[in-house]
Amino acid sequence: MAWNLNSDRPIYAQILEEMQLRIVTGLYKPGAKIPSVRDLATEAGVNPNTMQKALAELERSGLVMAQRTSGRIVTEDMEMIRETRNKIAQEQIKDFVDKMQKLGFQKEEIIKLLEQAEGGTV
Amino acid sequence: MNELVIVNNLTKVYEKKKLALDHMNLAIPRGKIIGLLGPNGSGKTTLIKLINGLLTATEGEVFINGKKPGPDTKAWVSYLPERTYFQGNMQVKELIAYFSDFYSDFRPERARQMLANLGIDENARLKTLSKGTKEKVQLIMVMSREAQLYILDEPIAGVDPAARDYILKTIISNYNENATVLISTHLISDIEKILDEVVFIRNGRVILQDTVENIRERKGKSVDSYFREVFAC
Repeated sequence: MAWNLNSDRPIYAQILEEMQLRIVTGLYKPGAKIPSVRDLATEAGVNPNTMQKALAELERSGLVMAQRTSGRIVTEDMEMIRETRNKIAQEQIKDFVDKMQKLGFQKEEIIKLLEQAEGGTV
Repeated sequence: MNELVIVNNLTKVYEKKKLALDHMNLAIPRGKIIGLLGPNGSGKTTLIKLINGLLTATEGEVFINGKKPGPDTKAWVSYLPERTYFQGNMQVKELIAYFSDFYSDFRPERARQMLANLGIDENARLKTLSKGTKEKVQLIMVMSREAQLYILDEPIAGVDPAARDYILKTIISNYNENATVLISTHLISDIEKILDEVVFIRNGRVILQDTVENIRERKGKSVDSYFREVFAC
């Protein structure tokens, strides 16, 4: 699994986004244990302290929970996972609409283009 | 005591009055991976040699765990010099025996595992290895110690990008949480993701010490881009 980390944003924020994505897409399933800090840091090629900080934030948000023994598991709260998924979708849409408006398209035109694109590719 | 290395007013003047370190002050914490970054001739290697007790200071002092560099500190400091010092006739396995004799914290099984991962033959003689492979062997030896401080002077300069990734992963997965790794390099973009902090040095002085995340957050750019801006010629 590739980690595409941008060079100009804090690494911690990017790790957090990647972990959220992995949870909402089911790569890490509800109730399943996620890999250790050290393993994830090695996989992503990032500093273990940075990974630790991102996972602690993920824990604060409730998407993962610390286990009594060791490690962290993904929440089984499906509602929370759905909400996170929607939030990510909203952000993607906002980015997309911003770019389209910069290109000079109005809302109606954007929707029309989307429908046409859908017909072609989906 | 929280700081692992304290550099106090450290000054080094070489012959011909070249001022390599200019009253430098620096504190290096425990449990961090720290990048020592600066252009050529800024004093990186001089500082490293002083921490390792290979040079004597003109003025000021260095403390590692509260001690001046000497036999005591060499037992906890694992140093990768910028040039190789191994004899070409030695086989890789002899090198493992040599390190085992020299350092009580050396873990030969760890070294063998990493050599196997990189497909390096233990029976090979060092002189028959390519420059990059020699550098890998040397780094493996240094990282196979359970030291408190690892000092790596330009550890990835001579190796290909794929091996660089492996080496960085080796650093991440091998250092223990209480140890500090000090890495001097100018290949910043390859290495910044594994760093906690960076120290910028210029003309023998520290001009900035901050975390990678702070720099990215405040400047909105990578440490590599920021370095290019600060040290623009």
